[in-house]
Order: sequence, then structure tokens, then C-alpha cells
Amino acid sequence: MRAKSRWFTKPSGRNGSAVTNMPEGLWVKCPRCAEIHFAKDIERNLRICTKCDYHYRLHAYERIDLTVDEGSFVKINDDVMSVDPLGFPGYPEKLARAISSTGLTDAVVCGEALIDGRRCVISAADFDFLGGSMGSAVGERLVRAMELSVELRIPFVLFTANGGGARMFEGLYSLMQMAKTSAGLAKMERAAVPYIVVLTDPTMAGVYASYASLGDIILAEPGALIGFAGRRVGNQDMGMKLPDDFQSSEFQFRCGMVDQIVHRRELRSTLATLLMLLAEEGSDVKTSA
Amino acid sequence: MLKPLLDFEKPIAELDTLIEELKRSAANDERRKAAEHDNVDIESEISRVEERRDKVMREVFANLTPWNRVQMARHPMRPYTLDYINAICTNFVELHGDRIGADDPAIVGGFCQLNGQTIMAIGHQKGRDLKERQHRNFGSARPSGFRKALRLMQLAARFRKPIVTFIDTPAAEANLMAEEEGISRAIAYNIQQMFHLEVPIVVAVIGEGGSGGALGIAVGDRVIMMEHSIYSVIPPESCAAILSEFGRDRGRASDAAAALKLTAQHALQFHIADSIVSEPLGGAHRDPIAAARVLGNAIAAELKELASVPTPVLLDARYKRYRSIGSWEEIEREALIVPVPADHVEGPMP
Ligand SMILES: [Zn+2]
Repeated sequence: MRAKSRWFTKPSGRNGSAVTNMPEGLWVKCPRCAEIHFAKDIERNLRICTKCDYHYRLHAYERIDLTVDEGSFVKINDDVMSVDPLGFPGYPEKLARAISSTGLTDAVVCGEALIDGRRCVISAADFDFLGGSMGSAVGERLVRAMELSVELRIPFVLFTANGGGARMFEGLYSLMQMAKTSAGLAKMERAAVPYIVVLTDPTMAGVYASYASLGDIILAEPGALIGFAGRRVGNQDMGMKLPDDFQSSEFQFRCGMVDQIVHRRELRSTLATLLMLLAEEGSDVKTSA
Repeated sequence: MLKPLLDFEKPIAELDTLIEELKRSAANDERRKAAEHDNVDIESEISRVEERRDKVMREVFANLTPWNRVQMARHPMRPYTLDYINAICTNFVELHGDRIGADDPAIVGGFCQLNGQTIMAIGHQKGRDLKERQHRNFGSARPSGFRKALRLMQLAARFRKPIVTFIDTPAAEANLMAEEEGISRAIAYNIQQMFHLEVPIVVAVIGEGGSGGALGIAVGDRVIMMEHSIYSVIPPESCAAILSEFGRDRGRASDAAAALKLTAQHALQFHIADSIVSEPLGGAHRDPIAAARVLGNAIAAELKELASVPTPVLLDARYKRYRSIGSWEEIEREALIVPVPADHVEGPMP
């Protein structure tokens, strides 16, 4: 079942997550180099710091906007909504706040789209929605997207931004979404439909230890936080000296977990090239938007 | 040896000590005669105290809190994977190494026989004393452990031997080396590849089902949980430390344990576990042999049932089992404006 909707228009008043203590929307302070920029300049530069190249976090729709052919995105699965299956203290309030502050219905947005004329299923996560954490609704949305990918035999391109990992407010249900999404990817693997992951800041824990690590091809944006357990959780035991770039894209690349680190400016064209290279014999027909 | 005790076990242990003392008296001619002289029948005294102890035990165990269940699942006297394998199976030949560069002692595995049938048994392994605990890394597997487990599972599938996994881990290892060696990928890849294994898989959660570290060897056609085992997305201590609802206080782990609904009984209710194996009164560690017998029978029964399922049906059912897990609702567009829940789906759909 697909809810067709119009191409997205950004809700007003949603500013970058990295904006801190600045007059509403006008100025942004780079979290890395502390340079203060005119927000419009950052906006024009794909939300990359013009001084130090820091990649600001993108909202799900900004991500989609930067990636797909204009007007080609058709939203799917957006009506699958989280509930509070455990009666977990504070969860309904947190959910309601996330929905109203982000304008999203959960932490991932999925749809069909064209990238340089090639059809794909696409998904983008939004860190501002409960840390991009994966609950039952996220799992269900993603598996539906995978199944659509298999059904249509078109690649699945997925952007992570799931610092929250599995959403603990849904307890065992959210842990099992790791298995559920991996089941969907086992199906894609058997059907030999390509699955391309782009790791973006931040991607952690239960998400990194499931669908985010299972891409046939795994790209990462520079400087993203990517890892299994937070510094505090994982390394308190032995006072182990951690490398400065611990759990960064560059660290994961060095460890062999990432195919390429791709600058945001090159991301769309890299994806387009990959989709071209992976196209099935005889089906490489570009569609104009 | 002084046995480690949980607080709520203490009244039981006191009566245990009394019973032992009485039994020693019964075996001692002199004391026996002295008792007869005082008109005391030691045998009936023993059974009287035993009855009282069992009554206390029933009361205590009828009122376990979720946090008590966590304590039980982590009980230092609890039988571990190798205890069960040795009790249930014969001819166990342990197989080591990931064939890449390491052998992780936190996961054990090998071929063995259950009721005369060859199976592949794999499980997290905790250590009993300090030295072994460190050797086993407290049951926290490294990437090489998950890779070894996958190697053994694929080996079993090739020779058409069913797989039984024993789950008992606080969490996967999360230190620098684990990160460098790709702990996330190792877990994810195991989970994914387990959907391709063309033999029955029975998962038995015997102690701690600790998040991704558990799931990395826990995708199965049947999931059995021991009565006092737990299965959780996060350790309750960490959950309490993170959330303001618990004052960001690790000390409130018991509140977090209750909120997380992590007991075997909850997992059954959520259709994530298929059955619960009863433990001897007071927990598996009070009678490990009896506990193993019941678990062994439960595993054998599941394997027997699964043996007759054609492979494509088996794999399809495995997919559907995990595909359907979750609790969400699907809302009509209009309903988003006036949020009235509709069509609430919980657990596997019919
Ligand atoms: Zn900067």
C-alpha cells in the first residue's frame, strides 16, 4: 500500500541540528571550527562548512532533496507509525514531541525516486527524530522498502543517521528490528538486487550492527561518527587509549568497513555511477524525470 | 567453597544449612543416639525443615521482580553453555577458530549428538572462577567469535545437521580492538546469513540475552527461553544511566528492568519466544542435572518437529517469523490530523 504524496516542501522553522544559541536561523556556528557563518552560505554549500569542510547533519528530506532528481520522489510507508508497546515511561511524550518538532512521522523517510534518471528505492534517516533510533515502525518501513526493491528489481539506496541505534523504549521489539531488517536484506541478497548504504553522522549501535553494515556497497560521508558502542559504554573498562579518529568514517575506512569516503559534493554523482554500473543487462534505461 | 548468594536466596540458604546439619547428624551414630534419647526423630525433622524450605522458596519465587529475574539470569552459580552441552549431549567435539586469525573463547561450538542425532551446538560461554571469567571475557564475544560461530553454522548446514545455539551473554565486546575488527559487521552478517541456513535452528536462551551480542547467534526457527532467563535491547543499568526518567542513575536499574519488560514471560507474550522451559524450584543452579534434562527434552522435541519441514517451507517460515515482529499502527492520512489510533498491529500478524 502506497500513500502517494506531493513532492516535499520543507516545513518552516526547521533549522539545522547544529545550530546552537544563534538567533533563529540567520547565523550558524560550525561545531568543528567554531566559525560563525551566514546560514544562507552554508545552505548554498550543501550544508558544508566553507572553512573546515565539516558536513552538517541533514534532515531526511534535505538528504533526499540533494540526492534525487527534482520532482521524482514518491513517498511510501509514511503512515506506519510507532506505538508504545511496553508502556515505557515518557515514550509517548517523546514521540509526540519528535513528530511535532520534525514534521516527520518517524525516524526514516522512504520512497521511490530517480537518481540521474535511474529508478531506485531510497530511504533517509533523520537524527532529530529520537536520535534516528530504530523502533518497530522504522523496521517495518525499511523492510517494506526492501521488499519493494525486490519486487521492482531496482536498487535500494539508504542513508543512515541513526545515532540512537535500536530504540530502547520499545525494548525487545526494537532489538528484533535488527533481525527483521537483516531478514529483508537476506531476501535482497538472494534476489541479487543491489543495496547501497551511505553512512552519515551519526550511525551507531543496533543500526550499525544490522542493516547499516550490510550494504553491498558501503559509502560514508567524511567525519561522521560511526561505531558500535559509545566511547563511555565501550571503553571504560581498560582505560585503553583511543585513537583521535576513533569511530569516525576515516577510522572505519582504515579498518576495512567502508568502500569509499565520499564528499557530499560528489555523493550524487558517485551514486549515479554505481547505479549505472550495477544496472541489470537490458534494463539500463534512463527515465527522464 | 562458599556459594555466592542473592539476597532473596538467603532465607532459603539458611534452611539449606540447617538441613545439611541435620543430615550430618543422621549419619553420625553418636548424635543419632543422642537425638533418640531426646525423643527426636531426625528423619522427620529433616522432612519438616525441607517442607518449610520449599514453602519459603515457592513464596520467594512466586514474587520475583523483573530485577530479581535479571539477577537470576546472571547468577554466578547458573549452568553455562558447556554445562548444558555436557549434560544433554554426547560425543561433543569442540571446534575452534574463525580461520581468519583468532579463536574467541567467549563462544564455543562443535558437533555432538542429542538423542543419537548429530547436531551443531554453539553458545556463549561464561567463566566460573575469576581466571576463567577473564579467559571467556565474561561471555562477551569478539568479532572472531561471531565469525567462528558463522563458520560452524555454515559447516553444519552443508552436512545437513541441525543447529542449536545457547544464548548467555551480557553484550558483545565493544572495545577498540572489537571496533577495529568490525564487531558491528560481524553481528549484522551473522544475523543476515542465518536466514540462508538450510537446516533447522533452535535457539535456547539460558541466561542473559544481551542485545546484539545475543542476536548474533540467535536467529532461529524456534526460540526457547529458560524460566529465569532475560532478553533485552540494553542492560538495565545502561538504560537507567541514559534516561532522565530514571534520574540518569545506574542505581535505578531495577526500575529500568521493569520498564524494559525483559523477562522470558514478556518475550513469550510478545511472540518473540515460542516457549518457556520451567526450571527446578529455586532456579537451574539448584539442580543443574534436572534443569538440563528438561531443556534437552524441549530442544529435542522442537528438532523433531522441525525435521519434517521441507527446507523451502522452513526458510520461508523463518523469514516470516522475523518479518512480522514489531508493534506499530498504520494510520490513514486524515487521522494524522486528529490522532485516533487505527488498526493496531501487535506481534505476528495472522
Ligand atoms: Zn567549520
